[in-house]
Amino acid sequence: MSDTGTDARATTTAPPEPPQAPPRPTPRRGAQWWVRKALWLALFLVLLALPLYLEAQWLKAGQYMMVGAVGAIGLTLLTGQAGQLSLAHAFFLLAGATSYTVLSGPTGDPELVGFGLDPLLALLGAVAITAVLGLAFAPVAARLRGIYLGVASLALVFLGLYLGQSAESLTGGTSTGRPPATFELFGFPFSNDGDLEIAGVPIRETERVWYLFLALVVIAFLLARGAVRGRIGRAWRAVRDNEASAAVMGVNVPTVKAGVFAVSSAYAGLAGVMTVLWFDILKPDESEFGTYGINVSIAYLAMIIIGGLGSVPGALVGALLVNGLPQVLALYSTQLGWSTGTGEGAFTPILISSFVYGAAIILVVLFEPGGLAAIGRRIGQRLTFTRRGKE
Amino acid sequence: METFVQLVVNGLGKGAVFALLALGFVVIFKATEVVNFAHGSLVLFGGYLVVATRETLGWAGAVVVGIVGAGLLALLVERLLLSRSKLADPFSLALLTIGVDVIITEEIVRRLGVSLPFIGDAWDAQPIQAGGVTLFRTHLVALVVATVLITLFFIAFRYSNWGIAMRAQAENKEAAALVGIRSARVTATAWLVAGLLAGVAVLFIATQDFSGAGLSRGTHSIALAAFPAAILGGLDSTAGAIVGGIVVGLVDALSTHYVSFAFSKSAVFLVMLLVLVIRPSGLFGTRETTRV
Repeated sequence: MSDTGTDARATTTAPPEPPQAPPRPTPRRGAQWWVRKALWLALFLVLLALPLYLEAQWLKAGQYMMVGAVGAIGLTLLTGQAGQLSLAHAFFLLAGATSYTVLSGPTGDPELVGFGLDPLLALLGAVAITAVLGLAFAPVAARLRGIYLGVASLALVFLGLYLGQSAESLTGGTSTGRPPATFELFGFPFSNDGDLEIAGVPIRETERVWYLFLALVVIAFLLARGAVRGRIGRAWRAVRDNEASAAVMGVNVPTVKAGVFAVSSAYAGLAGVMTVLWFDILKPDESEFGTYGINVSIAYLAMIIIGGLGSVPGALVGALLVNGLPQVLALYSTQLGWSTGTGEGAFTPILISSFVYGAAIILVVLFEPGGLAAIGRRIGQRLTFTRRGKE
Repeated sequence: METFVQLVVNGLGKGAVFALLALGFVVIFKATEVVNFAHGSLVLFGGYLVVATRETLGWAGAVVVGIVGAGLLALLVERLLLSRSKLADPFSLALLTIGVDVIITEEIVRRLGVSLPFIGDAWDAQPIQAGGVTLFRTHLVALVVATVLITLFFIAFRYSNWGIAMRAQAENKEAAALVGIRSARVTATAWLVAGLLAGVAVLFIATQDFSGAGLSRGTHSIALAAFPAAILGGLDSTAGAIVGGIVVGLVDALSTHYVSFAFSKSAVFLVMLLVLVIRPSGLFGTRETTRV
């Protein structure tokens, strides 16, 4: 490998890791490690406590950010870590949403297909189905690179649009859609049924779904972090930086590519399940612009670019911004009595946040290609006078 | 049989428009290796200028403003944003154009509001009867205009100084710079040309004949079909863009009639997928070779 040094990104990770110390001695954990863990724990506790203080509408906005977080983590693994540009995220979202609704849907409906499965099983099934769909795309992905792959994956969004409209027995069609089953965990419903109070605050549907989503985000986050830091993550980055040199180092490139597509689409599938639970209805789009349209694929891409390609915490922040901003703006504008008209020339919250994230993408590419993750890392280094390797 | 002839003519007309857009993609890609995701917004911008100035300037004047405006916007994007980030790789720059696209598109869609104006005044909705076959005037004019423009482009590309500089730069950027070719000027004109072509294309897209819908977000989606056209032919092949455009136009017209309108959009992309699986760099694209 003589010519790999020209690739700017190759220098960050291409050299194989320095030989690791034999069977890991108990790692030295400095004060920094404890500070970082304490901060994560504090954040987690705050998120746990929020439903006791926030009103339902704010929780709803927060839930939408968590939906984005799960999807964005999946995409940052695929595009940021493994370097496979994908515009198909919205398709896998739709696939996950539909799978959950169909698997958990009531049996015996003459017009709609349903399997009446337990919602938890349906959720796992939906994730598995989207993972398989991601694997099915792998033969195409294995042959294509870069932009060609990005545009090829765009084909899936259009396919999803068509299938969503035509497979009415699964999706319910564009006019009415179909409601998903309420999520239940071992008989505990995530709805308004039953009385449950914590510290005098009634825990109803919104609060329960908040905790469900929080749990899903934590699981998604920890799994992704583990993968990024482990052997799989190194294989992904090797493939991203140079497929040929990755192969030389013993990485099975086609398998790794197929695997990362499966993982990423499984994440998107989970985000799809969360989307359908959040909207409380599965409704396929009428045009390319909708809940599962190209705009959504682009929004997820925006999240991971803003957060920093490949950074898992960055994906969380990106989701906070891209999915959160329209929600928060909408809440503020109703509270402050802004005109939130939908008529001609109105500056709707969605419009304003589109401007913001469009501009954010441009600024990130121009001034800080590492995104918010790089900025955060630099601040961390300033504070602690240390340097950490880039993931 | 008559339907088939009609469909083929329609498909060729549509294909000519897609070829104009795809040619823009390819020109930009050859000059800069950047894939311009903002192409759809250039299309919208040109169309919007026509709508905005039609009252005062008359249709013909507005068309000139629209075409030139789209070209200038493309030039502006290149000069203000892309040329400023020399360190970024083409991949990040492609992502940057997505940001540009979101902003321009959303703003124009906001300005258009609920109005969906048709802008092909001179040829729209004036079908021609020829031997029992009804033909759309829009498609015929598009075919003629595109043929003229594409011919002009290829003559310029082959013989003019600009064309030679452009091909030299596409071949080897450093060597071209060494022999005195101004890289910045080549790149800027490439964007300008692509913008002008997009400005022409929109005059045919936002018509009743072509899409049945006026200038709107839908126009942007239609312009997206130029992507498969460019990819199909091979991103770095100008001839491929023309072939790709025509294939996309024909697939669109035929599948709309024989399957369904809803299917036609995905049909175009499925054909592209099929071609890509067989030839990963498109029909006429240069095969990527890996140096290790």
